Amino acid sequence: MKAANAALMHPAAKPLVFVLALLPFAWLFYGALTNNLGANPAEHLIRATGDWTLRFLCIVLAVTPLRVITGTPALARFRRMLGLFTYFYVVIHLLSYSWFDMGFDVPEIIKDIIKRPFILVGFSAFLLLTPLAATSFNAAIRKMGARRWQMLHKLVYLIAGLGLLHFFWMRSGKNDFAEVAVYAVILAVLLGWRAWQYMKKKRLQPPAVAGKQLSN
Amino acid sequence: MLIKTHRSGFIHPVSSEITPQGIYQQRRDLMRLMAGGAAGAALAGWAGREALAQGVAKPGKLAALPGAKSGVAGAVTMEKVTDYKDASGYNNFYEFGTDKSDPAKNAHTLVTKPWTVAVEGLVKQPKTYAIDDLIKLSAQEERIYRLRCVEGWSMVIPWVGYSLSELIKKVEPLGNAKYVEFITQADPKTMPFVGSRVLDWPYVEALRLDEAMNPLTMLGFGMYGEVMPNQNGAPVRLVVPWKYGFKSGKSIVKIRFTDKEPRTAWNKAAASEYGFYSNVNPNVDHPRWSQATERRIGEDGLFAKKRKTLMFNGYEAQVGQLYAGMDLKKNY
Repeated sequence: MKAANAALMHPAAKPLVFVLALLPFAWLFYGALTNNLGANPAEHLIRATGDWTLRFLCIVLAVTPLRVITGTPALARFRRMLGLFTYFYVVIHLLSYSWFDMGFDVPEIIKDIIKRPFILVGFSAFLLLTPLAATSFNAAIRKMGARRWQMLHKLVYLIAGLGLLHFFWMRSGKNDFAEVAVYAVILAVLLGWRAWQYMKKKRLQPPAVAGKQLSN
Repeated sequence: MLIKTHRSGFIHPVSSEITPQGIYQQRRDLMRLMAGGAAGAALAGWAGREALAQGVAKPGKLAALPGAKSGVAGAVTMEKVTDYKDASGYNNFYEFGTDKSDPAKNAHTLVTKPWTVAVEGLVKQPKTYAIDDLIKLSAQEERIYRLRCVEGWSMVIPWVGYSLSELIKKVEPLGNAKYVEFITQADPKTMPFVGSRVLDWPYVEALRLDEAMNPLTMLGFGMYGEVMPNQNGAPVRLVVPWKYGFKSGKSIVKIRFTDKEPRTAWNKAAASEYGFYSNVNPNVDHPRWSQATERRIGEDGLFAKKRKTLMFNGYEAQVGQLYAGMDLKKNY
C-alpha cells in the first residue's frame, strides 16, 4: 500500500481527482448545449444531477473506511474536495429543478415543495448539507474546534438517509426500487462499518480511560 | 337559459377555456386556400391534404400504412408534429422496462404476427379477429392528436387507424353492456419486464361504452404513415386523445364488453392517484404533482416555461358532453 500512498501524495493527484469529479458536469453541460440529452432534456438534467449527488455522497463516505481498511492515510487528502463536489452536484440538482422544471417561479416552487413530500425531504437534505459545505475550510475548523466541527459533520449520516428516502420516494410512483436498493446497500455498508468500528473501540477501551474521557 | 337539462349539454365553467371548433376549421380553410392558390377551389381539397401530408414526413423505418385525412371533428390538429425519433424513443411501456428509453431498446422481441384480437363479453357477435382482418375492417385514417402523459409531458402524433366505434358497431353490444375493457399482451417470453412487481399483468384499461363510441376514440395501427413501432404498441393499440396517455392500452389482445366498471391496471396499483376516468384536466392535480402545465417534447426548450394544459387536452368541444353534470374532481 506504500506505492498507492505515494501515488496519492503525488502533486498531480488532487488536480486529477478534481477534473474527474467535474467530468459528469461537463458531460451534462455539453449535452445540454448540443441538445443531446434525449427527448426530455429537463428531466434528464434533473435526474442525472440527483444521481451524481448520491454517487458523490457514497464516494465521500467511502473515503474513511477505505483509508482504514487499506492502510492508505493519503486518501484523507481527498475527503474535503469530494464532500464539496457532493454539495456542488446537489446545488446543480436544485437549480435544474427550480429553473428547468419550475421556471424560477418561487410561489410555484414553494407550492410544489409542500405538495410533494419527496421534494421536501430532498430540500431538507440540501439545507442540512449547506452548513457542512460552509464550514469546510481550515479557519472554520480551527474556530469551531475539531470536536464541535466533527459533531456538526456527523450530520452527513442523516443527510445520506434523507437523500436515500428522497430517491426511494421518487421511484415509488413506479414501484421501481432496484436502483434504490443498490444505493441503500452501499450506504448501509458504509454506515454499518462505522457503527462496527465504534462498537469495537468502545469494547477495547479500558473503563478507567473511558471514565477519564467522560470527565473531560 | 336559466333552467338547464341534460339536453342542453355540458355546462362550461369558464367560457374562455373552450377552444372553439371554428378556429381549427378556419385554420384549415386558410391552409387550403393558400395551398390551393390559383389552382382554384376544385384543387383546394387535394392541396390541403397535400400540405398536411408534407407536414408529416414518413420516417422510412417500417412498412408504409397510409391513411386518408380524417373527417372526424377535431381529429387533425394543426400543431407542429413531434419528431418521430422522440415519439418512438421516449415511451412508457412497462412490459419492456420502466425507463422511457427502455421500450425502444427492448421491444424488438415482441412478436406481432400472428396476432389476434378477441372481442367478447356482452355482445351479439363475439369474434376473434386476425390482425389483417382487423386492419381491413374500416378505412385507415390519419389523425393528428395531442398526447398528454400523466407525468406532465406532451407530444403531437399523427396516428393511423380508425374509430373504435366501427368495430363496436360490427359486434353489436347488448343492452346491458356499459363498459369496454381492453386487455393487452402479457407474454413473459417476448416482454422481458412482464412479471416485474411494478403492475399487475396483463395491463388492463377500460372506457365507458359512450366514451368508446366517441368518434375520436381510435384503434391505432400505425403512426407517421407507417405501421406501429413495437414500442408504441404494435400491432394495434387504443388512442384516446382527451385522456392521459396510460388510458390508451398498447398491443391489445382482447376487448371485452361488461356491465360493471372494470378495475384498470394503474387504478389497482394506486387508486388515489389514477382514477377510472383520468381525463386530462388542468384543474385536478395528481396527488403528487400539478397538472396545470406540460412540457411539449422536442419543442419547449430547456429554458422555456411549460405550456398550459388544456381541459380535456383541448378536445372539450368534442367530448365535454360525455361528462355533463359529473363532478370531475371526484371522478378523476
